[in-house]
Amino acid sequence: MPLIEVEGLSYKYPKAKDWALRSVDLSVDRGEFVVLTGPTGCGKTTLCRCLNGLIPHFYGGEMRGEVRVAGLSVKENPISTMARHVGMIFQNPDNQIFALTVEKDVAFGLENLGLPREEIRRRVDWALRVTGIEAIRSRGTHELSGGQKQRLAIASVLAMKPEVVVLDEPTAYLDPKGAEEIMAVVDGLRREFGMTIILVEHRMDIAARYADRVVVMEGGRVVLDGEPAEVLSSQEAVRLGVDVPKVVRLHRCLSELGVDLGAPTVMLEELAERVREAMRG
Amino acid sequence: MSMLDGFKTTVLETPIHELDPRVKMFMLASVTAMAIMFNKVVPLLVISLAQVPLVLLARVSREWSRSMRGGMIFALMIFGMNLVSRAAYAGWTVDAEMVKVSVAMALRFVALLTTFSLFFLTTSPDKLSLALESMRIPYEYCFAFTTAIRFIPIIAFEAQAIADAQRSRGLELDRGNLIERLKKYVPILTPLIVSAIRRSMELAEAMESRAFGASKRRTNLYTLKLKPRDYVAAAALTAALCISVLVRGVV
Amino acid sequence: MIEVRDVHFTYPNGVQALRGVSLSVDRGEFVAIMGENGAGKTTLIKHFNGLLKPTKGTVLVDGVDTRKSTVAQLSRKVGIVFQNPENQFFCESVYDEVAFALKNFGFPEDEVEERVTETLRRFGLEKYAKRSPFLLSGGEKKRVAIASVLAWDPEYVVMDEPTVGQDYKAKTELLNLIYTLLDEGRAVVVVTHDVEFVAECEPRVVLISQGRILADGEAHEVFSDFGLLSKASVVPPQSARFTQMVFGQPRALNVEEAVRLLSSMLGVGR
Repeated sequence: MPLIEVEGLSYKYPKAKDWALRSVDLSVDRGEFVVLTGPTGCGKTTLCRCLNGLIPHFYGGEMRGEVRVAGLSVKENPISTMARHVGMIFQNPDNQIFALTVEKDVAFGLENLGLPREEIRRRVDWALRVTGIEAIRSRGTHELSGGQKQRLAIASVLAMKPEVVVLDEPTAYLDPKGAEEIMAVVDGLRREFGMTIILVEHRMDIAARYADRVVVMEGGRVVLDGEPAEVLSSQEAVRLGVDVPKVVRLHRCLSELGVDLGAPTVMLEELAERVREAMRG
Repeated sequence: MSMLDGFKTTVLETPIHELDPRVKMFMLASVTAMAIMFNKVVPLLVISLAQVPLVLLARVSREWSRSMRGGMIFALMIFGMNLVSRAAYAGWTVDAEMVKVSVAMALRFVALLTTFSLFFLTTSPDKLSLALESMRIPYEYCFAFTTAIRFIPIIAFEAQAIADAQRSRGLELDRGNLIERLKKYVPILTPLIVSAIRRSMELAEAMESRAFGASKRRTNLYTLKLKPRDYVAAAALTAALCISVLVRGVV
Repeated sequence: MIEVRDVHFTYPNGVQALRGVSLSVDRGEFVAIMGENGAGKTTLIKHFNGLLKPTKGTVLVDGVDTRKSTVAQLSRKVGIVFQNPENQFFCESVYDEVAFALKNFGFPEDEVEERVTETLRRFGLEKYAKRSPFLLSGGEKKRVAIASVLAWDPEYVVMDEPTVGQDYKAKTELLNLIYTLLDEGRAVVVVTHDVEFVAECEPRVVLISQGRILADGEAHEVFSDFGLLSKASVVPPQSARFTQMVFGQPRALNVEEAVRLLSSMLGVGR
């Protein structure tokens, strides 16, 4: 059974004229790394909010269809229950920090759940270690860099041991190095702990290489859904204004000129290897 | 505002920092009581100066002096307003007694500013929240309080960014008469308020996503335990209060 | 010309943001300023219109020392579009928002109306003239922010992180706008992290790290020194990394160049 099941999901924000989501179908298996993208306003952020119950419980509005995560129906369970299975990380590092010290912030969610102190301590230690911020556990949260703040956000969510982690443009406010750090941490979550990752991101150059699957939305619908190289090299992706990764563009341009480079790839190293071979041959 | 610097929490390991936050709240309350009790220069001076060694012990003299510098304007204003109103009441004459009382009022402000500054500089909002919770104040209020404190510097920073943007659009804040100048703050306040509202929405979303309100019985990573030094400090404060009451009775 | 002469700047809280920065920007130039968060990029551009005055050193705008002018006076020539447009809106309508600066600068009533109408038309915002700026989408807000600065025709246009959170279409539009501004003879300075954006339009690149300029030159030169880029927390463009993998050294900045290079080496294409 898939971990996330979205069936015929349609949603309209309260007092809105148009539907933000139109009959979305999506099914995600455990351990998949899904990148969700599309032009501004396509509904990707809205879809994310449906996965942990912010929609419909926090936002209200009209929701049709079904969303089930780990077998739990999002409509029928409060956000606090869904939060144990779906962790969410937002764009703005400052607006998801709740304590003055790093370790206290990691503990926030666990305290909310009413876990015993020993368990909290254990999980906090673990989450800090996994995200590589153990050394700064006693530092003030206001002193952290953007990258450190986002790592803290990940640790705080991780401590709650969800099966799914949803990240909504987590690297938007970070510099390129910070962005790469975060992507590595997120990828690590999937590799080491088998967590299912849903990442919303515009910049495919950064994200495509980690993805098992790329889902493209437009106007509230899922328009493309498949293997990264296939999806991102399609004509449809260009039409939709998706930020096609340079490696895919390089592949297309060179293939059009007659160079045989095999099927499209999103891995820069792979393409480089094939080009080197072509030059040798 | 540099005066706000005197309230930002510092993270240090000094005896004052390590004191139980509840004891520090007691300190806040007792010094406030003592400052209000007196309206003569000498006792208020004593109350102000007696805190200086505490400031030094807490190693926060730099931040504290910044809040003092910022607060000087208010102290002078208090002195001035007191003097003027008393003089006016007495038919526009000034005597030594009036000056002394006005100085005392200004000193009271200084004493209070010092104690509040010392409190916030050495008590992290997290520990403060813990203290409030242990006093059976519902968690929602403690959380709102500490979150507000946490965002003061962030909002101050944003106010500056907004002022920069508007000045870059030709807004001149230092020109014009009083009414005109007040109107000029609309382009700064409006975006600030809008941003604060947006921020609170985002915070609410993040809070919900971390299961806020999931359990009626919220647990805590930290726990507050009173140590011998806390009892000593509490005893010292009680003694100081008693002495003050006695002195007040005589003076 | 904007001249920055050996500028040092220390914030009141003691942080040394700029340590001896010198550069100049002429009309018609296109400059990208890059560096890690906290490197001093925003501090530097705030010196261009006098929001900050140097602790040591001088900044001249068309020969005038910024210490001797007000921010309003300098802003007439140097228009800065800051990062979050929502941080500026306070008017009831887009029209008022665009007119705000013009009124501040003392333009006569009829000229204000002319300029606002023309600017709205230019940015495709006429239909929003009476709408509240708060109700617009993210991309539209950004356009209004840029429009409200261009309404007064500054000779130097500075943008702080204009590509953050923008999708591909919006970035392309932005690029076109920049080219138009350059054609009109203005200088355009962009502070950005977006390496691919810079690689696409190949401006002059100034790399700043920890308050000092590490490099100032053509995009090609600056981007081929990976060590230097790393010091400024800048990640090399994909095409540079790609050619590095193929040839052992970076030999292209963007896809076009890489394709041209490879096609000639592989003997294909035109």
